Amino acid sequence: MAKKNFMFIFHGGYNEGLSPQEAQKNMEQWFAWVEKLQKKGIYKAGEPLEKGGKVLSFRNGKIAIDGPYAETKELVAGYFLLEADSLDEAVEIAKEYPDFPYGGRVEVREVMPLPTR
Amino acid sequence: MASNQDHIETKKLVDHLFRHEAGRMVSMLTRVFGIDRIDLAEDVVQEALLKALQQWRFGQIPDNPSAWLMRVAKNQALDVLRREQSFTEKQESIAGEIEQPHSREDGMFDEEIRDDQLRMMFACCHPSIPPDSQIALTLKTLCGFSVTEIAKAFLTNEETIYKRLTRAKEKLREERIALEIPAGLQLASRRLSVLRTLYLLFNEGYKASHGEELVRRELCEEAIYLTRVLTEHSVGTTPAAYALLALMLLHAARFPARVNDDGSLLLLRNQDRSLWDQRLIAEGLRYLDLSASGEELTEYHLQAGIAACHCLAKSYEETNWKRILQLYDLLVGIDDSPIVLLNRAVAVAQVHGPEEGVRAVEELRGRKSLEGYHLLYAVLGEFYFELRRYEDAAQNFRRALQLTTVQAEQLFLSKKLEDILNIHLNYEAFIR
Repeated sequence: MAKKNFMFIFHGGYNEGLSPQEAQKNMEQWFAWVEKLQKKGIYKAGEPLEKGGKVLSFRNGKIAIDGPYAETKELVAGYFLLEADSLDEAVEIAKEYPDFPYGGRVEVREVMPLPTR
Repeated sequence: MASNQDHIETKKLVDHLFRHEAGRMVSMLTRVFGIDRIDLAEDVVQEALLKALQQWRFGQIPDNPSAWLMRVAKNQALDVLRREQSFTEKQESIAGEIEQPHSREDGMFDEEIRDDQLRMMFACCHPSIPPDSQIALTLKTLCGFSVTEIAKAFLTNEETIYKRLTRAKEKLREERIALEIPAGLQLASRRLSVLRTLYLLFNEGYKASHGEELVRRELCEEAIYLTRVLTEHSVGTTPAAYALLALMLLHAARFPARVNDDGSLLLLRNQDRSLWDQRLIAEGLRYLDLSASGEELTEYHLQAGIAACHCLAKSYEETNWKRILQLYDLLVGIDDSPIVLLNRAVAVAQVHGPEEGVRAVEELRGRKSLEGYHLLYAVLGEFYFELRRYEDAAQNFRRALQLTTVQAEQLFLSKKLEDILNIHLNYEAFIR
């Protein structure tokens, strides 16, 4: 079966209030997760996002610029791009996301392939 | 692809990197901000660590994580200072100091940080701060422990730890305790105070007084880490400091053998000596050698000497008990606490037989009121057991069992009572 690309979008997980030791432990869990995916050869990319930022929208006939938002648990904190056979398999992989204990959420989305010419 | 694999393998942080870097950064920033703003330093450092957590978790670590963290913490500190409404001249100069470029290659930077850590250590262990608060403050500022973690290590609640920390910080302010490495006449007594606190910290972790083995082991590791920081500096290269480090290492070497698979405590006699950490033993002995360089003979020397006797013995029976008893006889002159006297009684029993051991304990009972001291009954029980006075042994083990709250010890004592019961049953069967 042809592999499909999936994006994991991480919401929250800025993990404020962790002690240095907890932060280190959490980091090591992430390392282990990424390493495992890399060894399987399905990890393609991943990047963290800065907090804050702006949201632009169109209101009352003009562009409105809002943010940054205070609710860090809603913020997108970063993403993975990886390969899986199916959405089910991608969901299985996402179950190992280390930030569940800290209120983080993962959104799993299939990346649409661009039309080939 | 091989190089890619190599890259993957290196993604591991040094043990306790965050915690120890937190201690180094808080020390450095507190010197710059002033000791009354230690909370600000702690906040800024917390931010830097969380930023690292966000940025590194995807698998890329900077070449020099320590320098990265320090740079981020400094920038964060500058941001805070700039945000403060009255950006006074003083803050201008603080900012100047933070911005100073440091060359990391020539080692100067590390040395400066070490000085900062030492200043902080002397401040945290200032004699005018109560010992409990000294330890809490040391763990918080120098070892990066959170209040929750300290509370867990001391089996108390967070509120108690908050109180201890608040008291410590109040003292720092009230007494205008300077962040400095003491000099001249002051140095010797202040250094003793630091050694004492590190010793208490280690003991707190080492004594199996309660609860989770892992947390307690971390306390010991932190005590060793800080004692190393001290002995690596010219003010810390004293015989007493070396002796303290030796004592810690020689005790820590036996950690892996102390607890049975079922969580029960193993006496020295029953420990699997092949589990002892020979690397730590070798290092401990080296520091013990270094500690013998002066006239000074401290309790740390004697304790380390005793620990060395145990570490060097191939088996419990082959232990040099005579030497250990000599060391205890000297130690009693410096420290006549119940635990030391009781350990001496064990040595007495080894050299002169259990009857003499019982006598030593009875003597100790005459001198101090130790009715609630469970170890005393456990030791007595052991002596009577060896004397085959099983009734007396059982009575003492039962008393000890009533008094201890430590699960590992409860398991151990229950096992002893069971043994006695079995001996008794076998005996009955034999009679019939």
